[in-house]
Amino acid sequence: MSDANIPSNLKYTSDHEWALVEGKKAVVGITFHAQQTLGDVVYVELPAVGRKVTKGEAFGTVESVKAVSELFSPLSGTIIRVNEDLTAEPETLNSDPYTDGWIIEIEFSDSKELNELLDAAAYAKLLQNS
Amino acid sequence: MTRRTPLNEAHRALGARMVDFAGWDMPVQYSSVIAEHEAVRNGVGLFDVSHMGEVEFAGPGALETVNGLISNDLARIADGQAVYAGLLNEQGGFVDDVVAYRFSPERILICVNASNREKDFAWMKAHARGVAPVDRGDEYAQIAVQGPKAAGLVQRLTKTDTSKIGTYRFAEGEVAGVRCIISRTGYTGEDGFELYCAPDGAVALWTALLDAGQQDGVKPCGLGCRDSLRTEMKYALYGNDIDDSHTALEAGLGWIVKLDKAAFIGKDALVAQKAAGVKRKLVGFELTGAGIPRHGYPILKDGARVGEVTSGTMGPSVKKPIGIGYVPAELASEGSTFDVEIRGRAVPAVVVKTPFLKKP
Repeated sequence: MSDANIPSNLKYTSDHEWALVEGKKAVVGITFHAQQTLGDVVYVELPAVGRKVTKGEAFGTVESVKAVSELFSPLSGTIIRVNEDLTAEPETLNSDPYTDGWIIEIEFSDSKELNELLDAAAYAKLLQNS
Repeated sequence: MTRRTPLNEAHRALGARMVDFAGWDMPVQYSSVIAEHEAVRNGVGLFDVSHMGEVEFAGPGALETVNGLISNDLARIADGQAVYAGLLNEQGGFVDDVVAYRFSPERILICVNASNREKDFAWMKAHARGVAPVDRGDEYAQIAVQGPKAAGLVQRLTKTDTSKIGTYRFAEGEVAGVRCIISRTGYTGEDGFELYCAPDGAVALWTALLDAGQQDGVKPCGLGCRDSLRTEMKYALYGNDIDDSHTALEAGLGWIVKLDKAAFIGKDALVAQKAAGVKRKLVGFELTGAGIPRHGYPILKDGARVGEVTSGTMGPSVKKPIGIGYVPAELASEGSTFDVEIRGRAVPAVVVKTPFLKKP
Protein backbone atom coordinates (compact mmCIF):
# COMPACT_ATOMS: atom_id res chain seq x y z
CA MET A 1 0.00 0.00 0.00
CA SER A 2 1.47 3.33 -1.05
CA ASP A 3 0.09 5.04 2.05
CA ALA A 4 2.68 3.10 4.02
CA ASN A 5 5.32 5.64 2.97
CA ILE A 6 6.18 6.59 6.56
CA PRO A 7 9.91 7.15 7.23
CA SER A 8 10.99 5.76 10.59
CA ASN A 9 13.30 8.68 11.46
CA LEU A 10 10.44 11.20 11.63
CA LYS A 11 7.87 12.17 14.25
CA TYR A 12 4.22 12.68 13.26
CA THR A 13 1.06 14.49 14.30
CA SER A 14 -2.47 13.19 13.98
CA ASP A 15 -3.02 16.14 11.58
CA HIS A 16 -0.54 14.49 9.16
CA GLU A 17 2.45 16.75 9.65
CA TRP A 18 5.91 15.29 10.11
CA ALA A 19 8.88 16.66 12.07
CA LEU A 20 12.56 15.85 11.64
CA VAL A 21 14.06 16.63 15.02
CA GLU A 22 17.75 17.57 15.44
CA GLY A 23 18.84 19.11 18.72
CA LYS A 24 16.51 22.03 19.45
CA LYS A 25 15.34 22.33 15.86
CA ALA A 26 12.73 20.54 13.83
CA VAL A 27 12.07 20.62 10.09
CA VAL A 28 8.33 20.29 9.41
CA GLY A 29 6.30 19.14 6.42
CA ILE A 30 3.19 17.16 5.52
CA THR A 31 3.11 13.40 5.12
CA PHE A 32 2.88 11.33 1.98
CA HIS A 33 -0.63 10.41 3.04
CA ALA A 34 -1.55 14.09 3.49
CA GLN A 35 -0.39 15.10 0.01
CA GLN A 36 -2.09 12.08 -1.49
CA THR A 37 -5.37 13.01 0.17
CA LEU A 38 -5.10 16.64 -0.93
CA GLY A 39 -4.33 15.81 -4.54
CA ASP A 40 -2.49 18.24 -6.80
CA VAL A 41 -1.08 21.00 -4.61
CA VAL A 42 -1.26 24.36 -6.38
CA TYR A 43 -0.59 26.88 -3.65
CA VAL A 44 1.25 27.04 -0.32
CA GLU A 45 0.82 29.98 2.04
CA LEU A 46 3.96 30.24 4.17
CA PRO A 47 4.40 32.06 7.50
CA ALA A 48 6.97 34.79 8.13
CA VAL A 49 10.37 33.82 9.50
CA GLY A 50 10.60 34.85 13.15
CA ARG A 51 6.96 34.14 13.90
CA LYS A 52 6.29 32.41 17.19
CA VAL A 53 3.90 29.47 17.11
CA THR A 54 2.38 27.25 19.73
CA LYS A 55 1.84 23.54 19.30
CA GLY A 56 -1.34 22.90 17.33
CA GLU A 57 -1.54 26.46 15.98
CA ALA A 58 -2.26 26.96 12.27
CA PHE A 59 0.86 28.46 10.66
CA GLY A 60 -0.01 28.24 6.96
CA THR A 61 -2.21 26.75 4.29
CA VAL A 62 -1.89 24.23 1.51
CA GLU A 63 -4.35 24.35 -1.36
CA SER A 64 -4.99 21.72 -3.98
CA VAL A 65 -7.10 22.33 -7.06
CA LYS A 66 -10.19 21.50 -5.05
CA ALA A 67 -9.43 21.84 -1.36
CA VAL A 68 -7.94 24.15 1.24
CA SER A 69 -6.10 22.60 4.17
CA GLU A 70 -4.51 24.29 7.17
CA LEU A 71 -1.06 23.42 8.43
CA PHE A 72 -0.68 22.93 12.18
CA SER A 73 2.56 23.31 14.06
CA PRO A 74 3.70 20.08 15.72
CA LEU A 75 5.72 22.00 18.32
CA SER A 76 5.84 25.38 20.06
CA GLY A 77 8.70 27.69 19.19
CA THR A 78 10.01 30.17 16.62
CA ILE A 79 9.96 29.68 12.88
CA ILE A 80 13.56 30.11 11.77
CA ARG A 81 13.34 29.09 8.10
CA VAL A 82 10.61 28.65 5.49
CA ASN A 83 10.86 26.81 2.17
CA GLU A 84 10.43 29.68 -0.29
CA ASP A 85 10.85 27.28 -3.23
CA LEU A 86 7.30 26.05 -2.56
CA THR A 87 5.91 29.43 -3.64
CA ALA A 88 7.07 28.84 -7.20
CA GLU A 89 6.82 25.04 -7.15
CA PRO A 90 4.03 23.96 -4.79
CA GLU A 91 3.81 20.62 -6.61
CA THR A 92 7.02 19.60 -4.81
CA LEU A 93 4.74 18.77 -1.88
CA ASN A 94 3.24 16.00 -4.03
CA SER A 95 6.43 14.72 -5.61
CA ASP A 96 8.74 14.89 -2.60
CA PRO A 97 6.87 15.54 0.65
CA TYR A 98 9.67 14.36 2.97
CA THR A 99 12.75 16.13 1.59
CA ASP A 100 12.48 18.96 -0.99
CA GLY A 101 8.88 19.48 0.11
CA TRP A 102 9.78 20.53 3.67
CA ILE A 103 7.75 23.58 4.70
CA ILE A 104 9.23 25.28 7.80
CA GLU A 105 11.96 24.85 10.39
CA ILE A 106 11.17 25.55 14.02
CA GLU A 107 13.47 26.18 16.93
CA PHE A 108 11.30 24.61 19.57
CA SER A 109 10.96 25.84 23.12
CA ASP A 110 9.61 22.87 25.02
CA SER A 111 11.30 19.49 24.54
CA LYS A 112 8.56 17.79 26.53
CA GLU A 113 6.20 18.33 23.60
CA LEU A 114 8.28 15.84 21.59
CA ASN A 115 6.79 13.07 23.71
CA GLU A 116 3.33 13.94 22.44
CA LEU A 117 4.30 13.31 18.81
CA LEU A 118 3.71 9.94 17.19
CA ASP A 119 6.47 7.64 16.03
CA ALA A 120 6.24 5.95 12.64
CA ALA A 121 4.54 2.85 14.02
CA ALA A 122 1.91 4.86 15.89
CA TYR A 123 1.27 7.02 12.83
CA ALA A 124 0.93 3.94 10.62
CA LYS A 125 -1.63 2.60 13.06
CA LEU A 126 -3.52 5.89 12.97
CA LEU A 127 -3.73 5.71 9.18
CA GLN A 128 -4.94 2.12 9.30
CA ASN A 129 -7.72 3.07 11.67
CA SER A 130 -8.79 6.20 9.79
CA MET B 1 -28.97 5.90 0.90
CA THR B 2 -26.27 6.98 -1.53
CA ARG B 3 -27.13 6.26 -5.13
CA ARG B 4 -24.76 4.52 -7.50
CA THR B 5 -24.51 4.79 -11.26
CA PRO B 6 -24.19 1.64 -13.37
CA LEU B 7 -20.47 2.43 -13.62
CA ASN B 8 -19.79 2.48 -9.88
CA GLU B 9 -17.83 -0.78 -9.86
CA ALA B 10 -15.92 0.24 -12.97
CA HIS B 11 -14.77 3.41 -11.20
CA ARG B 12 -13.61 1.48 -8.18
CA ALA B 13 -11.77 -1.01 -10.38
CA LEU B 14 -9.93 1.94 -11.94
CA GLY B 15 -8.86 3.15 -8.50
CA ALA B 16 -11.08 6.22 -8.38
CA ARG B 17 -11.40 8.24 -5.22
CA MET B 18 -15.13 8.35 -4.57
CA VAL B 19 -17.09 11.13 -2.88
CA ASP B 20 -20.70 11.83 -2.09
CA PHE B 21 -22.04 14.30 -4.65
CA ALA B 22 -25.69 15.33 -4.51
CA GLY B 23 -26.51 12.00 -2.90
CA TRP B 24 -24.54 10.01 -5.47
CA ASP B 25 -21.34 8.05 -4.93
CA MET B 26 -19.20 9.61 -7.66
CA PRO B 27 -15.52 9.62 -8.68
CA VAL B 28 -13.74 12.88 -7.86
CA GLN B 29 -10.47 11.77 -9.42
CA TYR B 30 -8.70 8.65 -10.66
CA SER B 31 -5.09 9.79 -10.99
CA SER B 32 -4.77 13.54 -10.50
CA VAL B 33 -7.12 16.44 -11.20
CA ILE B 34 -4.47 18.23 -13.24
CA ALA B 35 -3.57 15.16 -15.33
CA GLU B 36 -7.26 14.54 -16.07
CA HIS B 37 -7.84 18.22 -16.85
CA GLU B 38 -4.95 18.16 -19.34
CA ALA B 39 -6.18 14.93 -20.93
CA VAL B 40 -9.46 16.69 -21.76
CA ARG B 41 -7.74 19.85 -23.03
CA ASN B 42 -5.19 17.99 -25.17
CA GLY B 43 -6.58 14.51 -25.85
CA VAL B 44 -9.76 12.91 -24.63
CA GLY B 45 -11.38 12.20 -21.29
CA LEU B 46 -14.42 10.20 -20.19
CA PHE B 47 -16.87 11.32 -17.54
CA ASP B 48 -19.64 9.31 -15.96
CA VAL B 49 -22.51 11.77 -15.76
CA SER B 50 -25.23 9.19 -15.25
CA HIS B 51 -26.30 11.00 -12.09
CA MET B 52 -27.84 13.75 -14.24
CA GLY B 53 -31.61 13.56 -14.51
CA GLU B 54 -33.81 13.30 -17.59
CA VAL B 55 -37.41 14.42 -17.90
CA GLU B 56 -39.49 13.72 -20.98
CA PHE B 57 -42.47 15.57 -22.40
CA ALA B 58 -44.21 13.49 -25.06
CA GLY B 59 -47.43 14.11 -26.93
CA PRO B 60 -49.16 16.82 -28.93
CA GLY B 61 -48.25 20.22 -27.52
CA ALA B 62 -45.02 19.05 -25.88
CA LEU B 63 -42.98 21.88 -27.43
CA GLU B 64 -45.43 24.56 -26.32
CA THR B 65 -45.60 23.06 -22.83
CA VAL B 66 -41.84 23.05 -22.40
CA ASN B 67 -41.49 26.49 -23.96
CA GLY B 68 -43.72 27.80 -21.18
CA LEU B 69 -41.27 26.38 -18.63
CA ILE B 70 -37.86 27.27 -20.06
CA SER B 71 -36.25 30.60 -20.86
CA ASN B 72 -34.82 29.64 -24.24
CA ASP B 73 -36.95 28.99 -27.33
CA LEU B 74 -37.51 25.51 -28.72
CA ALA B 75 -39.51 26.97 -31.63
CA ARG B 76 -36.34 28.54 -33.04
CA ILE B 77 -34.44 25.28 -33.37
CA ALA B 78 -34.92 22.27 -35.60
CA ASP B 79 -35.62 18.68 -34.65
CA GLY B 80 -32.30 17.11 -33.68
CA GLN B 81 -31.09 20.27 -31.97
CA ALA B 82 -30.69 21.10 -28.31
CA VAL B 83 -30.69 24.34 -26.35
CA TYR B 84 -29.20 25.42 -23.04
CA ALA B 85 -31.90 27.10 -20.96
CA GLY B 86 -33.01 28.16 -17.53
CA LEU B 87 -35.95 26.89 -15.55
CA LEU B 88 -36.71 30.17 -13.84
CA ASN B 89 -38.84 31.12 -10.89
CA GLU B 90 -41.29 34.05 -10.95
CA GLN B 91 -38.48 36.42 -9.90
CA GLY B 92 -36.26 35.38 -12.82
CA GLY B 93 -33.93 33.34 -10.58
CA PHE B 94 -32.90 29.80 -11.37
CA VAL B 95 -34.78 26.69 -10.38
CA ASP B 96 -32.11 24.96 -12.48
CA ASP B 97 -30.14 25.21 -15.70
CA VAL B 98 -30.93 22.50 -18.23
CA VAL B 99 -30.37 21.25 -21.75
CA ALA B 100 -33.54 20.64 -23.73
CA TYR B 101 -33.42 18.21 -26.65
CA ARG B 102 -35.94 18.61 -29.45
CA PHE B 103 -36.63 15.20 -31.03
CA SER B 104 -39.83 16.59 -32.54
CA PRO B 105 -42.43 19.15 -31.51
CA GLU B 106 -44.12 16.22 -29.76
CA ARG B 107 -41.10 14.85 -27.94
CA ILE B 108 -38.75 16.94 -25.82
CA LEU B 109 -36.17 15.51 -23.40
CA ILE B 110 -34.74 17.74 -20.69
CA CYS B 111 -31.45 16.97 -18.95
CA VAL B 112 -31.34 18.39 -15.42
CA ASN B 113 -28.73 18.63 -12.67
CA ALA B 114 -28.44 15.62 -10.35
CA SER B 115 -28.76 17.85 -7.30
CA ASN B 116 -32.07 19.24 -8.58
CA ARG B 117 -33.65 16.13 -10.04
CA GLU B 118 -36.55 15.74 -7.62
CA LYS B 119 -37.06 19.48 -7.21
CA ASP B 120 -37.15 20.07 -10.96
CA PHE B 121 -39.56 17.25 -11.61
CA ALA B 122 -41.96 18.45 -8.93
CA TRP B 123 -41.66 22.00 -10.23
CA MET B 124 -42.30 20.96 -13.83
CA LYS B 125 -45.25 18.85 -12.76
CA ALA B 126 -46.72 21.77 -10.86
CA HIS B 127 -46.16 24.33 -13.62
CA ALA B 128 -46.63 22.40 -16.86
CA ARG B 129 -49.69 23.62 -18.76
CA GLY B 130 -50.46 20.89 -21.27
CA VAL B 131 -48.32 17.77 -21.52
CA ALA B 132 -47.32 16.19 -18.21
CA PRO B 133 -43.63 15.46 -17.57
CA VAL B 134 -42.34 11.91 -17.09
CA ASP B 135 -39.22 11.26 -15.01
CA ARG B 136 -36.89 9.18 -17.21
CA GLY B 137 -33.85 9.58 -14.95
CA ASP B 138 -33.57 5.88 -14.17
CA GLU B 139 -33.76 4.94 -17.84
CA TYR B 140 -30.61 6.73 -18.91
CA ALA B 141 -26.96 6.41 -18.11
CA GLN B 142 -24.76 9.11 -19.57
CA ILE B 143 -21.10 9.22 -20.54
CA ALA B 144 -19.42 12.44 -21.65
CA VAL B 145 -16.51 12.04 -24.08
CA GLN B 146 -14.65 15.34 -24.17
CA GLY B 147 -11.53 16.72 -25.78
CA PRO B 148 -9.97 17.40 -29.18
CA LYS B 149 -9.68 13.64 -29.81
CA ALA B 150 -13.27 12.87 -28.71
CA ALA B 151 -14.76 13.01 -32.19
CA GLY B 152 -12.22 10.60 -33.62
CA LEU B 153 -12.74 8.16 -30.77
CA VAL B 154 -16.52 8.15 -30.98
CA GLN B 155 -16.42 7.89 -34.77
CA ARG B 156 -14.33 4.71 -34.61
CA LEU B 157 -17.11 3.08 -32.58
CA THR B 158 -20.16 4.11 -34.57
CA LYS B 159 -21.60 3.92 -38.07
CA THR B 160 -23.35 7.25 -37.52
CA ASP B 161 -21.53 10.03 -39.37
CA THR B 162 -20.60 12.23 -36.42
CA SER B 163 -19.29 14.96 -38.73
CA LYS B 164 -22.93 15.66 -39.56
CA ILE B 165 -23.73 16.29 -35.88
CA GLY B 166 -22.94 19.95 -35.30
CA THR B 167 -22.54 21.63 -31.94
CA TYR B 168 -25.70 21.37 -29.85
CA ARG B 169 -27.13 18.82 -32.28
CA PHE B 170 -27.74 15.15 -31.67
CA ALA B 171 -28.56 11.91 -33.44
CA GLU B 172 -29.72 8.47 -32.40
CA GLY B 173 -27.47 5.56 -33.25
CA GLU B 174 -25.27 2.80 -31.88
CA VAL B 175 -21.88 3.40 -30.29
CA ALA B 176 -19.92 0.19 -29.63
CA GLY B 177 -23.13 -1.71 -30.27
CA VAL B 178 -24.99 0.22 -27.57
CA ARG B 179 -28.06 2.22 -28.58
CA CYS B 180 -27.35 5.89 -27.75
CA ILE B 181 -28.42 9.45 -28.13
CA ILE B 182 -25.21 10.93 -29.54
CA SER B 183 -25.23 14.57 -28.52
CA ARG B 184 -22.52 17.05 -29.45
CA THR B 185 -22.62 18.86 -26.15
CA GLY B 186 -20.49 19.10 -23.05
CA TYR B 187 -19.35 21.10 -20.06
CA THR B 188 -15.62 21.39 -20.62
CA GLY B 189 -15.16 23.93 -23.41
CA GLU B 190 -13.82 21.20 -25.65
CA ASP B 191 -15.36 19.41 -28.59
CA GLY B 192 -17.07 16.21 -27.57
CA PHE B 193 -20.17 14.16 -27.09
CA GLU B 194 -22.57 13.25 -24.36
CA LEU B 195 -23.80 9.70 -24.94
CA TYR B 196 -27.12 8.72 -23.37
CA CYS B 197 -27.80 4.99 -23.20
CA ALA B 198 -29.83 2.50 -21.20
CA PRO B 199 -28.22 1.72 -17.81
CA ASP B 200 -27.52 -1.89 -18.80
CA GLY B 201 -25.42 -0.69 -21.74
CA ALA B 202 -23.26 1.71 -19.75
CA VAL B 203 -20.47 -0.66 -18.76
CA ALA B 204 -20.06 -1.98 -22.31
CA LEU B 205 -19.99 1.57 -23.68
CA TRP B 206 -17.54 2.81 -21.03
CA THR B 207 -15.23 -0.18 -21.54
CA ALA B 208 -15.32 0.16 -25.33
CA LEU B 209 -14.48 3.87 -25.11
CA LEU B 210 -11.57 3.19 -22.75
CA ASP B 211 -10.23 0.39 -24.97
CA ALA B 212 -10.65 2.20 -28.27
CA GLY B 213 -9.24 5.38 -26.74
CA GLN B 214 -5.94 3.80 -25.70
CA GLN B 215 -4.30 5.16 -28.86
CA ASP B 216 -5.48 8.66 -27.89
CA GLY B 217 -4.29 8.36 -24.30
CA VAL B 218 -7.89 8.44 -23.06
CA LYS B 219 -8.32 9.04 -19.33
CA PRO B 220 -11.30 8.43 -17.09
CA CYS B 221 -12.02 11.79 -15.45
CA GLY B 222 -13.68 12.76 -12.18
CA LEU B 223 -15.71 15.62 -10.82
CA GLY B 224 -12.53 17.46 -9.77
CA CYS B 225 -11.40 18.26 -13.29
CA ARG B 226 -14.97 18.70 -14.49
CA ASP B 227 -15.07 21.66 -12.13
CA SER B 228 -11.71 23.14 -13.13
CA LEU B 229 -12.52 22.71 -16.84
CA ARG B 230 -15.89 24.41 -16.60
CA THR B 231 -14.54 27.19 -14.38
CA GLU B 232 -11.91 28.06 -17.01
CA MET B 233 -14.82 28.51 -19.46
CA LYS B 234 -16.93 30.43 -16.91
CA TYR B 235 -19.70 27.88 -17.37
CA ALA B 236 -22.17 28.31 -14.53
CA LEU B 237 -22.59 25.66 -11.85
CA TYR B 238 -25.98 25.49 -10.19
CA GLY B 239 -25.65 26.07 -6.45
CA ASN B 240 -22.42 28.04 -6.94
CA ASP B 241 -22.79 30.60 -9.71
CA ILE B 242 -26.52 30.43 -10.27
CA ASP B 243 -29.34 29.79 -7.85
CA ASP B 244 -32.87 30.88 -7.07
CA SER B 245 -31.80 34.28 -5.73
CA HIS B 246 -29.80 35.53 -8.72
CA THR B 247 -31.56 36.25 -12.00
CA ALA B 248 -30.51 35.01 -15.41
CA LEU B 249 -29.61 38.58 -16.41
CA GLU B 250 -27.42 39.04 -13.34
CA ALA B 251 -25.72 35.75 -14.16
CA GLY B 252 -24.82 37.04 -17.63
CA LEU B 253 -27.08 34.44 -19.21
CA GLY B 254 -29.28 36.89 -21.09
CA TRP B 255 -28.47 34.93 -24.25
CA ILE B 256 -30.53 31.96 -23.01
CA VAL B 257 -33.48 34.20 -22.16
CA LYS B 258 -35.71 34.94 -25.13
CA LEU B 259 -37.80 37.83 -23.88
CA ASP B 260 -39.54 38.17 -27.25
CA LYS B 261 -41.12 34.72 -27.18
CA ALA B 262 -44.52 33.88 -25.66
CA ALA B 263 -44.90 33.84 -21.89
CA PHE B 264 -42.62 31.70 -19.73
CA ILE B 265 -42.16 31.68 -16.00
CA GLY B 266 -39.89 34.52 -14.93
CA LYS B 267 -40.30 36.54 -18.12
CA ASP B 268 -42.15 39.48 -16.57
CA ALA B 269 -39.56 39.91 -13.82
CA LEU B 270 -36.71 39.87 -16.33
CA VAL B 271 -38.42 42.37 -18.64
CA ALA B 272 -38.81 44.69 -15.66
CA GLN B 273 -35.23 44.12 -14.51
CA LYS B 274 -33.88 44.81 -17.97
CA ALA B 275 -35.84 48.07 -18.15
CA ALA B 276 -34.66 49.16 -14.70
CA GLY B 277 -31.04 48.09 -15.28
CA VAL B 278 -29.20 45.11 -13.85
CA LYS B 279 -27.61 46.17 -10.55
CA ARG B 280 -25.22 43.26 -9.94
CA LYS B 281 -23.42 41.01 -12.36
CA LEU B 282 -21.53 37.76 -12.42
CA VAL B 283 -17.98 38.48 -13.55
CA GLY B 284 -14.80 36.56 -14.12
CA PHE B 285 -11.66 37.81 -12.41
CA GLU B 286 -8.02 36.96 -11.90
CA LEU B 287 -6.20 37.44 -8.64
CA THR B 288 -3.25 39.77 -9.03
CA GLY B 289 -2.01 38.93 -5.53
CA ALA B 290 -1.17 35.54 -4.02
CA GLY B 291 -3.87 33.04 -3.17
CA ILE B 292 -6.75 31.13 -4.65
CA PRO B 293 -10.35 32.42 -4.61
CA ARG B 294 -12.97 29.94 -3.40
CA HIS B 295 -16.75 29.71 -3.27
CA GLY B 296 -18.13 31.92 -0.51
CA TYR B 297 -15.14 34.25 -0.07
CA PRO B 298 -16.17 37.92 0.30
CA ILE B 299 -15.47 40.44 -2.44
CA LEU B 300 -14.40 43.79 -0.99
CA LYS B 301 -14.17 47.31 -2.39
CA ASP B 302 -12.32 49.81 -0.23
CA GLY B 303 -12.67 47.40 2.66
CA ALA B 304 -16.45 47.03 2.42
CA ARG B 305 -18.12 43.79 1.41
CA VAL B 306 -19.80 44.29 -1.98
CA GLY B 307 -20.11 40.76 -3.32
CA GLU B 308 -19.12 37.15 -3.10
CA VAL B 309 -17.00 34.63 -4.96
CA THR B 310 -19.18 31.87 -6.43
CA SER B 311 -16.46 29.68 -7.96
CA GLY B 312 -12.69 29.74 -7.99
CA THR B 313 -9.66 27.63 -8.61
CA MET B 314 -6.11 27.63 -9.83
CA GLY B 315 -6.85 27.16 -13.53
CA PRO B 316 -4.72 24.22 -14.65
CA SER B 317 -4.68 25.39 -18.29
CA VAL B 318 -4.64 29.15 -17.76
CA LYS B 319 -2.15 28.64 -14.91
CA LYS B 320 -3.59 31.49 -12.88
CA PRO B 321 -5.85 31.82 -9.85
CA ILE B 322 -9.23 32.59 -11.40
CA GLY B 323 -12.64 33.23 -9.96
CA ILE B 324 -16.26 33.99 -10.70
CA GLY B 325 -18.41 36.17 -8.50
CA TYR B 326 -21.22 38.66 -8.17
CA VAL B 327 -20.27 42.33 -7.96
CA PRO B 328 -22.20 45.61 -8.26
CA ALA B 329 -22.69 46.60 -11.92
CA GLU B 330 -20.25 49.51 -11.59
CA LEU B 331 -17.44 47.01 -10.85
CA ALA B 332 -18.38 44.59 -13.61
CA SER B 333 -16.47 45.99 -16.58
CA GLU B 334 -13.19 44.56 -17.77
CA GLY B 335 -10.28 46.08 -15.88
CA SER B 336 -12.29 46.93 -12.76
CA THR B 337 -10.46 46.10 -9.57
CA PHE B 338 -11.54 44.86 -6.15
CA ASP B 339 -10.20 42.63 -3.40
CA VAL B 340 -11.04 39.09 -2.45
CA GLU B 341 -10.84 38.32 1.25
CA ILE B 342 -8.80 35.16 1.72
CA ARG B 343 -8.45 34.06 5.34
CA GLY B 344 -8.47 37.64 6.58
CA ARG B 345 -6.20 39.04 3.85
CA ALA B 346 -7.49 41.41 1.13
CA VAL B 347 -5.98 40.07 -2.09
CA PRO B 348 -6.28 42.31 -5.19
CA ALA B 349 -8.21 41.07 -8.23
CA VAL B 350 -9.07 42.41 -11.68
CA VAL B 351 -12.09 41.72 -13.86
CA VAL B 352 -11.06 39.98 -17.10
CA LYS B 353 -12.76 38.93 -20.29
CA THR B 354 -14.16 35.42 -20.18
CA PRO B 355 -13.84 32.58 -20.96
CA PHE B 356 -10.57 32.62 -19.06
CA LEU B 357 -9.19 30.08 -21.50
CA LYS B 358 -8.65 31.61 -24.92
CA LYS B 359 -8.77 29.03 -27.66
CA PRO B 360 -6.46 29.53 -30.65
